Amino acid sequence: MNRTMPPEFRVKIDHEKCRKCKRCLQSCSFGVYEFHDRVMPDNNKCVACNRCVTMCPEDAITINETPNVYKDHPNWSLQTRKNVWKQAETGGVLLTGMGNDRPYPIIFDHLVVDACQVTNPSIDPLREPMELRTFLGRKPDKAEVTYKDGKLSLKEKLPPQIQLEIPIIFAPMSFGAISLNAHKSLAMAAKESGTVYGTGEGGLHSELFEYGPWTIVQCASGRFGVHSEYLNAGVAVEIKIGQGAKPGIGGHLPGEKIGAEISQTRMIPIGTDALSPAPHHDIYSIEDLRQLIYAIKEATGYKPVSVKIACVHNVAAIASGIVRAGADIVYLDGFKGGTGAAPTMIRDHVGIPIELALAAVDDRLRQEGIRNQASIVAAGGIRSSADAVKAIALGADACAIGTAALLALGCSLCQKCYTGNCAWGICTQKPELTRRLDPEWGAMRLNNLLRAWGHEIKEFLGALGVNSVESLRGSRERLRGLGLDAQTLDILGVKPAGR
Amino acid sequence: MNHWWEKDMSGCGLSGIINTDGKRISGSVVRKSIALQHDRGNGLGGGFAAYGIYPDYKDYYALHIMYTEEPGKPTRDLYEARKETEAYLDGTLSVKKGEDIPVKITDKVKSHPLLNRYFVKVRPDKLAEVGGGMNEDDFIVSVVMHINDKINNAFVFSSGKNMGAFKGVGFPEDIADFFMIENYEGYTWTAHNRFPTNTQGWWGGAHPFTLLDWSIVHNGEISSYGINKRYLEMFGYKLALLTDTEVVTYIFDLMVRKQGLPVEVACKAVAAPFWKDIDRMPESEREAYTALRAVYGSGLLNGPFAILFGHSRGLIGMNDRIKLRPFVAATKGKTVYMASEESAIREICPDPEKVWAPRAGHPVVVALDKGVA
Repeated sequence: MNRTMPPEFRVKIDHEKCRKCKRCLQSCSFGVYEFHDRVMPDNNKCVACNRCVTMCPEDAITINETPNVYKDHPNWSLQTRKNVWKQAETGGVLLTGMGNDRPYPIIFDHLVVDACQVTNPSIDPLREPMELRTFLGRKPDKAEVTYKDGKLSLKEKLPPQIQLEIPIIFAPMSFGAISLNAHKSLAMAAKESGTVYGTGEGGLHSELFEYGPWTIVQCASGRFGVHSEYLNAGVAVEIKIGQGAKPGIGGHLPGEKIGAEISQTRMIPIGTDALSPAPHHDIYSIEDLRQLIYAIKEATGYKPVSVKIACVHNVAAIASGIVRAGADIVYLDGFKGGTGAAPTMIRDHVGIPIELALAAVDDRLRQEGIRNQASIVAAGGIRSSADAVKAIALGADACAIGTAALLALGCSLCQKCYTGNCAWGICTQKPELTRRLDPEWGAMRLNNLLRAWGHEIKEFLGALGVNSVESLRGSRERLRGLGLDAQTLDILGVKPAGR
Repeated sequence: MNHWWEKDMSGCGLSGIINTDGKRISGSVVRKSIALQHDRGNGLGGGFAAYGIYPDYKDYYALHIMYTEEPGKPTRDLYEARKETEAYLDGTLSVKKGEDIPVKITDKVKSHPLLNRYFVKVRPDKLAEVGGGMNEDDFIVSVVMHINDKINNAFVFSSGKNMGAFKGVGFPEDIADFFMIENYEGYTWTAHNRFPTNTQGWWGGAHPFTLLDWSIVHNGEISSYGINKRYLEMFGYKLALLTDTEVVTYIFDLMVRKQGLPVEVACKAVAAPFWKDIDRMPESEREAYTALRAVYGSGLLNGPFAILFGHSRGLIGMNDRIKLRPFVAATKGKTVYMASEESAIREICPDPEKVWAPRAGHPVVVALDKGVA
């Protein structure tokens, strides 16, 4: 006899308001609704994605959390009990989507930013130039230039750089985890806003090759979709060693989400689970990574190579090794990073916060005199322009947004991505759902987000009395800690507020 | 890593004179100019840099060293500090002469640190010991960094040949009288009047900041100090003096002396043109300025500033990219004047031939005529 688990959410229909248009039945992709002379919800199926609420013309639907009917216990939350019941019933690994939802401290919320008063004038971003342009890539210690008759010219070109008009990029999310329309939205927005998006490990759909100059193609442990045209399609190649949501294990695309197009792009059979191997089977050491980096560089005529790692304990030494192995960009994904599917236990308990990892990596690279040899991208829980500003002050060249980008496309963070039933058409492959996301609309929403954050970052810069983002980058002096212990402040390289 | 330093800030007054024909003049001239700008300071700092003042020792590095209390740190006996430093100098360099810097006690400058100068040369055997492609200048820089960083209560405040800095806590005209700068003759003089907002003025914190024959006087606040400092530390510079002007000195040392960039290019790196202007340049210039900004982004000086920096063959004055501090220049005959205010120039040169306010981000670069000095 299996326990009937209480449903997480309760759907309440106001039948007086309801005019039986059945739009809720059409909207719900989780099978909540039936109609027997009136709308009848099955609470057990509801995931609180709120699509029906958004679509109801009469505002007749309310979704509430089910109150806990069991005795409260400070150590055994209802969720911990449910997890054990589920596993006793099925013998399975708990699966979830999106990022860590446990109440770990949010270090960004303990950092505050400086502003100029009196001794230094703040600068007005609406009336003065305020520069966000950023270049990702390896930079030499010195620029080889000649200066003659007032004209400057370059003697030796820089290694290839990726030019961003704003220090924010779209995090790699695979075609498979998300839909083609979502990928199209990201590609179009990256082009329009002057930034880049990542293909993730699902390869690059043929319709998106035209967005190559705004694309970073990924080579992950499963090597899905990796062929020579693919490697040359983008402006850079990213070797994905790990991701913040599941450090140490490979990508996971459940068979339900693998249809004909995914099968073709990833070069795998329809309907099989795509479980990427944990390590790349040709990268068992740092020297193996160096070999792959240079193999890719040779195959692409020396495009920049990025290496993406999850933030783990030894991240500073690992990053140093990666830079010395030839990487032009180090992408750090903190433990709050999102995913389409991950074992719940891994997502919630493995990895370290991006704030600490970023500070440690930036310090280590400077101590070794190699900070200019690679750009750092910070990811994993960048929720706002404020988080981005703080990450830049800690040392990031740019931030990557995954969850925020999906939220812009309509996601409500229901964490059911792994089911393939996304009601917003974002992380599903079902045609009746993917058609709900219009790429032009999606691109507009993403461009709006970047434009808004760009303006906000300029306001921060102006208040800080700087007019170029490179004068904030790595300037820990512009941050202060509030309610952080001395050791954490020391690791962050930030003074306590008041000093 | 040490993150517990505190930054001094200041708003101030500047004045500078250079005779491009190498003619040496008394310090009383620049004293008059800076004294007019009295209200730009608050009495907590004044200083001068002078070039051409030690013609009898022109081949020796003239180390000006002060033995003084350090803010926020315990003090030991200053004579002890001097003994330790002099022992270090004797062991590392060839010291031709060491003496107290002559001073005149006045009621305006009542207490002062021990102030000494040493005329030294680099010993070939010591230089060979270090090896690694170091030249004499690098060696002296390492000596300066060592003393400032490792020997408590000792600070080298100038280290060039045939030049020297004179600075301390007091209005510049009082510091001028204290050091009797009217008795020195130089072909380039710079002067500074300080208004620190940290009330604890200390002798090491006054301007100019120097390294070898570079000297910088600065009116402004470097908003990018946090990253400029960390950028320089990556190249081995130790920023001990906790004032953002130090960063300016070392950035120019790195770019011009160590990396060999022309000084105009270094100016373009620290006060770089805006992207909106770079995007409209012809292709090859656009590529060059883009590379400059990409490579030296962490060396960009942001925040308001007017800077005069002197070296043995010239004087350069410049502003930040949007000219948030005043800076005026003038010429008469073979002399070029630079100051925070036109009045300070007219005080010593009532009828200049040309007076102008240089454009934001465009330096005024003056060089001595060839063959002089």
